[in-house]
Amino acid sequence: MQKKNFSVIGKPLRKIDAMAKCAGETLYADDLNLPRMIYAKLLRSPHPHARILSINTARALKLHGVLAVITGEEMPEKFGIMPSTQDEEALAIDKARYAGDPVAAVAAASETLADKALSYIDVEYEMLKPILTIEDALASAEGSERIHTWNRQANIQKAVSFEFGDVEAAFAQADHIFEDTYFYQGNTHLPMEQYCAVGSYGSDNKLTVWSSTQTPHYLHRALAKVLKISASRIRVIATPVGGGFGGKSDPFSHEICAAKLSMITRRPVKITLTREECFYVHRGRHPVKMLARTGVKNDGTIQAMQYKTFLDGGGYSSYGLASVYYTGALQTVTYKVPAYKFEGVRVFTNKPACGPKRGHGTPQPRFAMEIQLDEIAEKLGLDPIEMRLKQLVEPNSITVNGLRVSSTGLRECIERVAERAGWREKFRKLPFGRGVGFAASSYISGAGLPIYWNNMPHSGVQIKLDRSGGVAVFCGSIDIGQGSDSILAYAVAEEFGIDPADIRVLTADTDLTPVDLGSYSSRVTVMTGNAAVLACGKLKPLLLEAASEALEIPVDDLEFAESKIRSASLHQRAISFAEAVIKAEGKHGTLGATGSYWPPKNPRDFKGSGVGPTPAYSFSTSIVELHCDSATGEITIDKVWIAHDCGRAFNPLLVEGQTEGSVYMALGEALMEEQIFRKNGLHKIPSILEYKSPTTLETPEIETILVETDDPEGPYGAKEAGQGPLLPVVPAVANALYDAIGVRIHEIPITPDKILRALDGRLKPISIPDFKFPAPIKWHPGEGIEVTQKS
Amino acid sequence: MIKEPKKNARSTKTLLRLRVNGETREVATEINKTLLEVLREDLNLTGTKHGCELGECGTCAVLVAGKPVLSCLMLGIEAEHAEILTIEGIMRDGKPHPLQNAFADLGAAQCGYCIPGIVLTAKALLDENPTPTPEEIRQSLSGNLCRCTGYTKIIEAVELAAKKMAANVGVPS
Repeated sequence: MQKKNFSVIGKPLRKIDAMAKCAGETLYADDLNLPRMIYAKLLRSPHPHARILSINTARALKLHGVLAVITGEEMPEKFGIMPSTQDEEALAIDKARYAGDPVAAVAAASETLADKALSYIDVEYEMLKPILTIEDALASAEGSERIHTWNRQANIQKAVSFEFGDVEAAFAQADHIFEDTYFYQGNTHLPMEQYCAVGSYGSDNKLTVWSSTQTPHYLHRALAKVLKISASRIRVIATPVGGGFGGKSDPFSHEICAAKLSMITRRPVKITLTREECFYVHRGRHPVKMLARTGVKNDGTIQAMQYKTFLDGGGYSSYGLASVYYTGALQTVTYKVPAYKFEGVRVFTNKPACGPKRGHGTPQPRFAMEIQLDEIAEKLGLDPIEMRLKQLVEPNSITVNGLRVSSTGLRECIERVAERAGWREKFRKLPFGRGVGFAASSYISGAGLPIYWNNMPHSGVQIKLDRSGGVAVFCGSIDIGQGSDSILAYAVAEEFGIDPADIRVLTADTDLTPVDLGSYSSRVTVMTGNAAVLACGKLKPLLLEAASEALEIPVDDLEFAESKIRSASLHQRAISFAEAVIKAEGKHGTLGATGSYWPPKNPRDFKGSGVGPTPAYSFSTSIVELHCDSATGEITIDKVWIAHDCGRAFNPLLVEGQTEGSVYMALGEALMEEQIFRKNGLHKIPSILEYKSPTTLETPEIETILVETDDPEGPYGAKEAGQGPLLPVVPAVANALYDAIGVRIHEIPITPDKILRALDGRLKPISIPDFKFPAPIKWHPGEGIEVTQKS
Repeated sequence: MIKEPKKNARSTKTLLRLRVNGETREVATEINKTLLEVLREDLNLTGTKHGCELGECGTCAVLVAGKPVLSCLMLGIEAEHAEILTIEGIMRDGKPHPLQNAFADLGAAQCGYCIPGIVLTAKALLDENPTPTPEEIRQSLSGNLCRCTGYTKIIEAVELAAKKMAANVGVPS
């Protein structure tokens, strides 16, 4: 990789908000206390599937201190993150679709009183039989009770089917065909910060909503739609998010209700969800049943792949349309796959809606794929790493499903992780009970297409320079802990040769900041970084011109460095950055500029082609070493090695942090976390105590290896870091378990009971439902290049 | 049904006298309020966060008489007469505690929401055991959940702070 001489990029700097967070000064949504503020609570359906016959709020309204009670009738407009599947109501009107679905909201002088008032709301329900499994949903007939009525086929949200290349012919050429089934259990984000929003409707008839949201722009749109107020009169401020992981990416009922209750009471209204409610809001990892079929030559070369995925979507669409496509989108981006077929279906069930969690729809098929490749290597007598190394996707290539891969450091990721973990010395050589497992993966650095069709930039950055030498950077992006505010400061500091600590970054305020689509799909560094560099690029000539006149040095001998503009050949001939700003302002007037970023155009043109393209793919590999007590089935993870191709590491500390956090979250999913329900449809474990997640004691040593590439699309060559490294760890655990005790487990979480059943030969294979998918859309590489967007 | 308060009804609040961050604070509050609620709602010390309000996550940890306590499980009135230390009180003379510096330097705070509770719990550990092993750090922080970091940089930051404190670098008085 070409090393460039950076002053800020690549340095392990503090985040600009690091000390505020360590000092307890950062104000999260629930830390806001406004004058005259009152408190709201939501009444949630105790039934998973029920018709709402009536709601009587009269008794609650009579309580002293209760200021407003609302139901869905007052805001009937539907909303939802994906424009074509908007099926949510701020408060359910005709039907409750999961236990926890909000049906009414109260605003009162205190939180305790609001809570008490909920029990004074009388709701008459007609209970319906809940639909709780993928099989039940798929078995729905024409006349079955429907969870939603807008969708064509009863209780099926979306079914898709694609064929890329000549799949049948490719399978026919294979020496061996492997077919297996898998189940990836659902789990939830569990951010430490509970959801919270504050709505304030002022006497100027303008609404302000503060919320712990990853997507202030989409919340802005949803508020305007449901509340029927012009978006120009709504201001959304995303407060620093206390953990998101995808769970705070939808517009939510509680946000809309806080706003509506403030419109009614004309007082600021705060709503903070309890931890139990967070489990109902959910939008977490979809439970997915999968069938994976792979045809290979005797030497392990992949000829064709086929996937069927069945997603348990829960009660609403949420991001489900994208989720189902994502379970088939990225299988082709790691190894060369000459022909590929994918069929996927997402069903509605009477459970909290699933949505995007770290890796969005791609960890599930990656789990299946990397275990199956491990088994293929085993059956063919090949080393699973050697087998993969022979068929890696090349840089600057196009996959069979038309995805354009720019840079890839996958080979280096594989080689370095194998070397560091001592793969050759350990694989199939450790004593019984101890094992190592390998897996690889790829992920997007930002979705190539926006969620709602428009031709505007995905990210905008505005920079203001003032005569004090101060630099203010405005951007709609929201820092959810990944460090996106710092990324803006680093990019601008690099361009202007100044200290990032001297820059003020103002983000996620729809009144003040240009739109950025939000902190999802690992898009922020690439998109805001590029926009920031472009904005700086407009201001630099003005500063250079002014400096050139002042120093009497030609512009092409000037450089930005050490908070100065100086002669590149004679460093002591310089003026300070602040002085250059003053001179430039005198010469050109008030100094400001914007930068806009659009991702490259979608290289494909079929329906559903919007999911998968990205400016750049990241690559990750992992080796997990573990030991398992075959008497108790207990697994202990000894160490995880993770290599991640992040493009250029903007700040290695932050990239390592994202990588380590991804490994941790993957281990939670692999070993213990599950969002599960009783037979009556109630959540089985809606508390942190019962929903097990790894503590310091279960989290092993993690060795992170950053593999830097210089991607042409990323700012300074950077790619994503926040999600991709989760993907390989889960299958690597399963593969390591096989190396340790010789059993294959095709489902997560891999718990002791499953291990013991597998050792006894009593673990049943995953059943795959019968379902007739639609006729496939057939597409061949080279078709329909450079179109913009369809569906 | 909750009735209109009677005229001349007695106040529902009790006067608490608390020692918080070295200051004496008096506050009229409901007697059933948790220390967490008193700190955040009555004293506006919002540096103390909450993640479950059921004693399951460690987010709301503060130090009471030098020991980590889950402030969501203790009543305000129980904390009378003891020295309470919250994250706002950990700086001295405007200088960050070595733990705060180490957490900031190593990127141990991502979203930052669990960090006040973790820094305070780590402070209690270092006050008692200035040279903990990584295993002892893991044990002492095992009740504090963090969903962002994978704990790696948190444990490294506590080790770094311990080293700096042992070398007497930047130790607050």
